[in-house]
Amino acid sequence: MQEFTYTLKDPVGIHARPAGILARKVKDFESTVTIIKGEQSASAGALMKVMALGAKQGDEITIRVEGPDEDVCAKVVEGFFRENM
Amino acid sequence: METLTGTTVVGGIAIGRIRYFAPFAYEASDAPAADPEEEVLRFEKSRYAVQDGLHDLYEKALNEAGEEEAEIFQAHEMMLDDEDLIASCISCIKEDGHLAEYAVVQAFDEAAAMFAAMEDPYFAARSADVIDLKNRMLEHLSGREQEEWTEPAILAAEDLAPSETVRLDKSLLLGIVTKGGSSSSHTAILARSLGIPTIIQCKDLSSECDGKEAILDGDGGCLHLEPDAETAKKLRDKKEAADRDLARLQELKGLDNITTDGHTVRIYANIGSPEDLESVLANDAGGIGLFRSEFLYLNGSAEPSEEEQSAAYRKVLEAMAPKQVIIRTCDIGADKTVDYMDLTPEDNPAMGLRAIRLCLTRRDFFKRQLRALLRASAYGNLGIMFPMIISVREVRECRALLEECGQELKAEGIQTGTYETGIMIETPAAALLADELAETVDFFSIGTNDLTQYTCALDRQNAALAPFLDPHHPALLKLIDMTVQAAHRHGIWAGICGELAADLSLTETFLRMGVDELSVSPVRILPLRDKVRNLNLT
Repeated sequence: MQEFTYTLKDPVGIHARPAGILARKVKDFESTVTIIKGEQSASAGALMKVMALGAKQGDEITIRVEGPDEDVCAKVVEGFFRENM
Repeated sequence: METLTGTTVVGGIAIGRIRYFAPFAYEASDAPAADPEEEVLRFEKSRYAVQDGLHDLYEKALNEAGEEEAEIFQAHEMMLDDEDLIASCISCIKEDGHLAEYAVVQAFDEAAAMFAAMEDPYFAARSADVIDLKNRMLEHLSGREQEEWTEPAILAAEDLAPSETVRLDKSLLLGIVTKGGSSSSHTAILARSLGIPTIIQCKDLSSECDGKEAILDGDGGCLHLEPDAETAKKLRDKKEAADRDLARLQELKGLDNITTDGHTVRIYANIGSPEDLESVLANDAGGIGLFRSEFLYLNGSAEPSEEEQSAAYRKVLEAMAPKQVIIRTCDIGADKTVDYMDLTPEDNPAMGLRAIRLCLTRRDFFKRQLRALLRASAYGNLGIMFPMIISVREVRECRALLEECGQELKAEGIQTGTYETGIMIETPAAALLADELAETVDFFSIGTNDLTQYTCALDRQNAALAPFLDPHHPALLKLIDMTVQAAHRHGIWAGICGELAADLSLTETFLRMGVDELSVSPVRILPLRDKVRNLNLT
């Protein structure tokens, strides 16, 4: 299992378009990607649930990646967060 | 003839047949599916078809309206890939044996409710997107074809969803009238960008008007169905005259606001939200003299964050730079209230805890706006204006808070820019103290609507008072003159941003007083420029 934390920089938080692009990205991997904020969590493929976490600028979220290709998947997802959120 | 009334979004006159855009109502039957596998297939086929359609809309919007308008369709397309949403639809069909339509209604309504329950206004508004998607899915599943428009018409509807507004062939739209909608709804945004006559909140509008001949009078805020010959002739003549005037006024774009004997005045625009920018630019405004910041507060279910505010201000500042943008700080209270502010009802709200009084009472709230303004100041030529001032002390307190916010931002390493500070002169007290007040600010802007109401002790909304209302009351003109002279004695400028600024019968008077700036709604700019260019003050 791979896990990292990320502090959101986008003023709106995780909004529709980046959530949608993320959902598409993780489809390329076998690993499951879970976005965790406090006690709530959502699978990265369920973009509406991800949006509904209501994560805002300044919030710290945890991203958990589990599966056979978790190393490379975690790298891709982390890079995506850094560039887009 | 039948006449329906509503609220004007865009003025002007449209003459044509009504096309009623019926809202899509679908009664999902809970009858069992004959063949669940077949239903899943139907669901997936529709999902792909709707996604294809959305992709086409994205490209169409990208070409016609630009990236920002188009993004929503890309987001919609992606939302239909949501694994949870798909899983709950398929499980509803396979496990519970329902029809695809029923599954769509259940799953999409649940997702919409999830968003609607969110506090953040951005996410709460996504609920409408999910409903829009649900309707598109149901339309496809039920094979309901959209009727094509072939001739120009006035569009009538309950309200319009974003996907509906893009699908319309704009070249055939003469005007828009809706039963619901608000000035910040998609309908209003579309109407402003197209500049076609539009009225909203036309309560008595119904599908019965479909196909009828009509005249939409945007200036008068009404819709005449099957107009009689007299009304038709009157409005047709008015439209022809207006079309001629409009063509003539367009030629004034890019010209100076200068009298034949060389006096100049700045003509700025009044706006209520960033959506008005297009009209501001199209009408060649010299700047923005009054940007009412209330739209940020009145539209949502929670107070806008510092970031949201700052982003909205920045958008306007960047679009106008290097021209000046004067943003008036929050003027809520009195008749403009919102639930989350939890304001106590007052017996006499016009004289109550409103505008600067409310802001100085709730300083943390006020500071969030001041910080947002200062952050935005780095991106253009900003003027910050305080409303409802009655004393020098209030101005000092506002300035002290601004200073405090500036220090905080500096300590946080956030960049700010330079800006001017001004006040609204809209109480007799402020006009009488103009000399003292002029020493504390960079400019005055006279708000004639409130100044009239407070000077004459006369409620302008009360129709019964009409016989007593003199918009050119000598006391008012005297106060305006006093204010302008005081400003000039102290080397600051003075403008007028109330309705009177656009009153062409007073333009000469104002110029003779030495008014430096007139701020009017965007569509009044060119007529005012025309007036100024034909004046001679010698």
